[in-house]
Amino acid sequence: MSDEGNKGLLSPFRRKLLMGMAAVPAMTMLPRGAFAQAPATSAVNTTGLAVTDTEVTVGILHSATGTMAISETGSIQAEKLAIEQINAAGGVLGRKIKFIQEDGASDWPTFAEKAKKLLVNDKVAAIMGCWTSASRKAVLPVVEQYNGMLYYPTFYEGLEQSKNVIYTGQEATQQILAGLNWIAKEKGAKSFFFIGSDYIWPRTSNKIARKHVENVLKGKVVGEEYYALGSTQFNSVINKIKLTKPDVIFTDVVGGSNVAFYKQLKAAGIDLSKQALLTISVTEDEIDGIGGENIAGAYACMKYFQSLDNANNKAFASAFKKMWGEKTVIGDVTQAAYLGPWLWKLTVEKAGSFDVDKIATASTGVEFKGAPEGYVRIHENHHLWSKTRVGRAKLDGQFELIYETADLVEPDPFPKGYQ
Amino acid sequence: MIINSRFFNRSELMGFIALAAVLFVILPLTLDVFRLNLVAKYLTYAFVALGLVLCWGYGGILSLGQGVFFGLGGYCMAMFLKLEASSVENTKIQSTPGIPDFMDWNQITSLPLFWQPFHSLTFTILAIILVPGLFALIIGTAMFKRRVGGTYFAIITQAVAAILTILIVGQQGYTGGINGMTDLRTLKGWDIRPDHAKIILYFVEVVLLFACIGIAQFIRLTKLGRILVAMREQEDRVRFSGYSVANFKIFAFCMAAVFAAIGGAMFALNVGFMSPSFVGIVPSIEMVIYTAVGGRMSIFGAIWGAILVNFAKTSLSESFPQLWLFGLGALFIAVVLAFPNGLSGLWADYVQPRIDRLFASRKAKPGWNDNSVADGAPAE
Repeated sequence: MSDEGNKGLLSPFRRKLLMGMAAVPAMTMLPRGAFAQAPATSAVNTTGLAVTDTEVTVGILHSATGTMAISETGSIQAEKLAIEQINAAGGVLGRKIKFIQEDGASDWPTFAEKAKKLLVNDKVAAIMGCWTSASRKAVLPVVEQYNGMLYYPTFYEGLEQSKNVIYTGQEATQQILAGLNWIAKEKGAKSFFFIGSDYIWPRTSNKIARKHVENVLKGKVVGEEYYALGSTQFNSVINKIKLTKPDVIFTDVVGGSNVAFYKQLKAAGIDLSKQALLTISVTEDEIDGIGGENIAGAYACMKYFQSLDNANNKAFASAFKKMWGEKTVIGDVTQAAYLGPWLWKLTVEKAGSFDVDKIATASTGVEFKGAPEGYVRIHENHHLWSKTRVGRAKLDGQFELIYETADLVEPDPFPKGYQ
Repeated sequence: MIINSRFFNRSELMGFIALAAVLFVILPLTLDVFRLNLVAKYLTYAFVALGLVLCWGYGGILSLGQGVFFGLGGYCMAMFLKLEASSVENTKIQSTPGIPDFMDWNQITSLPLFWQPFHSLTFTILAIILVPGLFALIIGTAMFKRRVGGTYFAIITQAVAAILTILIVGQQGYTGGINGMTDLRTLKGWDIRPDHAKIILYFVEVVLLFACIGIAQFIRLTKLGRILVAMREQEDRVRFSGYSVANFKIFAFCMAAVFAAIGGAMFALNVGFMSPSFVGIVPSIEMVIYTAVGGRMSIFGAIWGAILVNFAKTSLSESFPQLWLFGLGALFIAVVLAFPNGLSGLWADYVQPRIDRLFASRKAKPGWNDNSVADGAPAE
């Protein structure tokens, strides 16, 4: 089952070639001694995890079926790529990573059940997984109870921190504040219209955005509307936008609703090259469905774009496309998912142990110089220091990088003054 | 009309003993706590299936909205557990400590009025039975008194399931929205999460299930049960005989709702959370499928159906994470096409006669075939 991940490879030769190539950028960041004799299993695994002298097992837990499959597939692919690259570069503490993939089936209790299975039955050393906040909320009590380690890739609403979770995506303030500052300065924006899907992430994000607009930018929020997940009728809100004429439309509409929203916006004659629109929920993956011509000109606030021009990202993007096909696109979350296995590997090597307690402590300060987004470091609150970037959607579905923060932005899952 | 003088006839007694042996002895001895907890989860659906046997198998009322009652029961239990988990010290990180976390995220600053009574366990237990029961009574009265039945009733129950899901998702400040209520921890100070608690909860659930089986069997054997079957076969004749068909239907529907609610409450306790994904149309239909696979005419068949289908779901999805849904779908199609009476029909047609012959050769007196009315082939 675990070698299903190699479907994308056409021949054993290509596979060898790829593994070799993928390892090249990874070599540089290997700590010295990675190829040295592997330490004894009894020393690096004192809590009975699935670690043998040659192998260590991790779990991949995403939705391969159901409505979320379209979003989570990228994360599964990125995690498999990272694992393959790590193995090609010698594994973790001299052990090859073996993965067990479980399907959360877009169903939150199934996520909890499968997480429990991975931790209790399979004794996995870490889980790379979850996507929606709902699935994470379902899995969180399980990883805390059974003392597992979860690497969670999605940008999310914050208000959470756990010893047992490393959040490799951005929490809300990291994603939102710099983008709002930029658009206020660049466009002189004073009035904002918020549109979101109706669940916890957009609501929390908009709460933070509203406080920032009102208290820091001294602007005004002229409208705030929510639509049920999967909703496809946005005409009434588009009319309100036409009436209120906000300087900026700020959106966190998720999933398939995006397709309807941007098409209707265009049909209603709102030209995104004149009307500023800032989204925190559209990545290259979503544009695949929306169509570049419908969203060209919109600004997205992320930490990663496929078009980033740096050596790490070029190597990552080409390895990803080699493994999964030329047509695949890489969005923000896919990149964050790719960080998970690498950060885990680096942390294990820093701790010199697979023990979850030691990893949880050792995580603070772990840095990954080979990150496609540039460079990341784990904060003591288990979120990542990373840059915030603003990109402008182009016709071909890619983003053109417009702005990035000069420094890494500190993660602040419980922002004071924004609650 | 011959009323069976014994509570169980021989084949039912065997079914009873087999189920009791498996649930009380074999599974707890052979499975580790993780798998046993999964069985406890499957069994919560057995309550729903049991209700469906009464309401659909015997009464002929197909409800595609049992998830509503499962959800109401589950949410009542979850509200109690969530309040207990949201003590001031557990939630001191919030801007308003002492209220459930999702309320805090939604800028609600005090506990809503309808949450207040859920501080009391007694009230909660009553609510688990009464809220779904009354709701079923209202729907049932509105529908059956106007002689809405069959397909129309099934569609309306689906609509109710859809409406309740939308309501729960939309009112996330009060209900936890699409995330549901997670991180339920203790029941009156007793931690429900560790392994020994899971084992105790499992046995509590099995005992409750057998109590419900007893009630269902009792209803079946009384005149009431006979009227339900008569109603399913020839509704007009029953009406012309002077019975109030609507009242009997309402009763069967309410019983099914209460059983489903007990299942839901046990779900919240065993799994440790509740979410709108058990309320909607898809889970409601799944619950009907469990009953159909097991056999809607048979109390024990339906329970086995719930256990086996869920077991298949778990093991298929563990072995084939990307293909399992196809396998499951094929299984349903195969069962429905090949064995319209489900697994219990299979048992009754092939296995039971052999066992009977075995007994009959030893003992000449056949006292076991007076169950033909209830267990006979359905009219459809």
